[in-house]
Amino acid sequence: MTAAIEAEDLTRTYQIGAGTVAALRGVSLRVAAGDYLAVVGPSGSGKSTLMHLLGGLDRPSGGRLVIGGRDVSTLTADQLAELRNKTIGFIFQTFHLLPRTTAVDNVALPLVYRGLSARARRQRAAAMLGRVGLGHRLGHRPSQLSGGEQQRVAIARALVGGPSVLLADEPTGNLDTATGDAVLRLLEELNREGVALVVVTHDREVAARARHQIVLRDGRVVDDPQR
Amino acid sequence: MRLAEAARVAAAGLRANRLRSGLTMLGVIIGVAAVVVLVAIGTGTRQEVERQVSGLGSNLLLIFPGEASVTAAPTVSRLTLDDAEAAARVVGDRDRVTVQVTSGETVRAGTNSEFTSVLGTLDTSLGVFPRELSRGSYLSRSDVDTARRVVVLGSTVAEQLFPDRDPVGRQVTIAGVRFRVVGVFAPAGASLGVNRDDQVHIPVTTAHRLLGTDRIDAIAVQAPDRTRIRELGDRIVAELSQRHPETEFSAVTQEEVIGVLGEILGVLTGVLAAIASISLLVGGVGVSNIMLVSVRERFAEIGLRKAVGARSRDIGVQFLFEAVLLTSLGGVLGIGLGVGAALITAALSPVPAAVTAWSMALAFGVSAAVGIIFGVVPALRAARLDPVAALRSE
Repeated sequence: MTAAIEAEDLTRTYQIGAGTVAALRGVSLRVAAGDYLAVVGPSGSGKSTLMHLLGGLDRPSGGRLVIGGRDVSTLTADQLAELRNKTIGFIFQTFHLLPRTTAVDNVALPLVYRGLSARARRQRAAAMLGRVGLGHRLGHRPSQLSGGEQQRVAIARALVGGPSVLLADEPTGNLDTATGDAVLRLLEELNREGVALVVVTHDREVAARARHQIVLRDGRVVDDPQR
Repeated sequence: MRLAEAARVAAAGLRANRLRSGLTMLGVIIGVAAVVVLVAIGTGTRQEVERQVSGLGSNLLLIFPGEASVTAAPTVSRLTLDDAEAAARVVGDRDRVTVQVTSGETVRAGTNSEFTSVLGTLDTSLGVFPRELSRGSYLSRSDVDTARRVVVLGSTVAEQLFPDRDPVGRQVTIAGVRFRVVGVFAPAGASLGVNRDDQVHIPVTTAHRLLGTDRIDAIAVQAPDRTRIRELGDRIVAELSQRHPETEFSAVTQEEVIGVLGEILGVLTGVLAAIASISLLVGGVGVSNIMLVSVRERFAEIGLRKAVGARSRDIGVQFLFEAVLLTSLGGVLGIGLGVGAALITAALSPVPAAVTAWSMALAFGVSAAVGIIFGVVPALRAARLDPVAALRSE
């Protein structure tokens, strides 16, 4: 099976003042199509940096990164944006929904950048909200929704473009246990339907649910059961 | 992302923060309204002046010593009645030529008195500058030839001196000399700052005796042929120059007077518009400022849009559209406000104001341009934002 994401010896350093700080010091991993991977580690271990790299939001300082079969270093910024739009679905701890914007329009947002008509976008967004169990909340604004519902809207938004990988950064971090569990179950269900799922978390229990997990510490993989 | 989509997103962005959008727009609204009103007043004044000059009569030719220029110093006249006769010979029709010499004098009737402009002129004056009389008759040729002390009163002067009597046939004194009133003008209104109702006409010969001079200020000709008016002017000037080789003479037509005045008022209108544009500029700076704040406030939104596939260009266009939409909408409202203010000004005050399509088009164009110019910096900032940093900002 071809890999959704392949990373080899990724490094990422930041220039801070006169010095440099290494957030990642050589991380290699492989996300197979339909895979379920947890990236676990304490805060400051580089897992958010890794997620941004895997999602094509950022470029590595060194190493090789292939997303959806395309080497990131060969892509222009616009091509990278298109790649994010088509192959990646982001889910954030703080949901990142647009305030004063209805659920359906929030979900339709990625389709805006595909040149779809407003009607087609709404139709697909509404269908996706139905899929995550929010078919009755189309016209609600984020402020009118519970945390769990907001995260479902965010999941619908991540899914609406038909990505091959869902990247979830602490998806349950802002939710209570029961709601968080429901959100995880939804993600796992979607995973079983074929989309690869990468969950970045500091929560060992959440990580333990994944098919496999890698543990990051100080920008290095310290435990990778895959190997 | 298509442009229509960008406009929709921008409109939603502005709607989301109505109060701030409105206040930001206010600067542009006031600036545009100021431009529209001031240009309207400038244009209105110009039209009013042109109307008044046209009101003096048609095919008019004025001949006077000196240079026909606004900046030229006035020249002491050496023209006499003989020169006017020479000019009349050139024209070939005595009735089409008149002269004038003016002086400010006090006119009395009983206990009433009025300081007014006394115009010494010929009996042909009404043929050159058509005017209506409400009573009596105008100066006659024999009045001029024999230097009779007769006077025709302007309507204002007549009312001042004879509030409740018919002045015709009554006596007045001008500079202490007795005159008989032979006629009263119908009200004619002002022209070029000269109130033609606050004026009296006496025979030029009488005026010469009264003032102790034989000079005339200018010769006015009603040209018989509009197309050859310029040629006629040149011939008269040539004739006068021959009679007074040491003096320069000028002949100007009514159109030329309108042209010169129009030029001055055009410059004035431009200056007014430029001053008003400063407030538009200030409005633009306000737009820029608020857009920068808006970009800063919406880092998370920008980061998210980039995460879901927005290119830098899409983000830039979105914010640029917001700025342009803000100023264009402000422009439209400002034009409405300006037109309203101009109409009210014209209706309630003596200041003439004429709203022109070009000033509205210009004001709208400038306000849209202000949006582009002052929206570029915030838009570039938004477009260049690193999505990772933007997402982290929440």
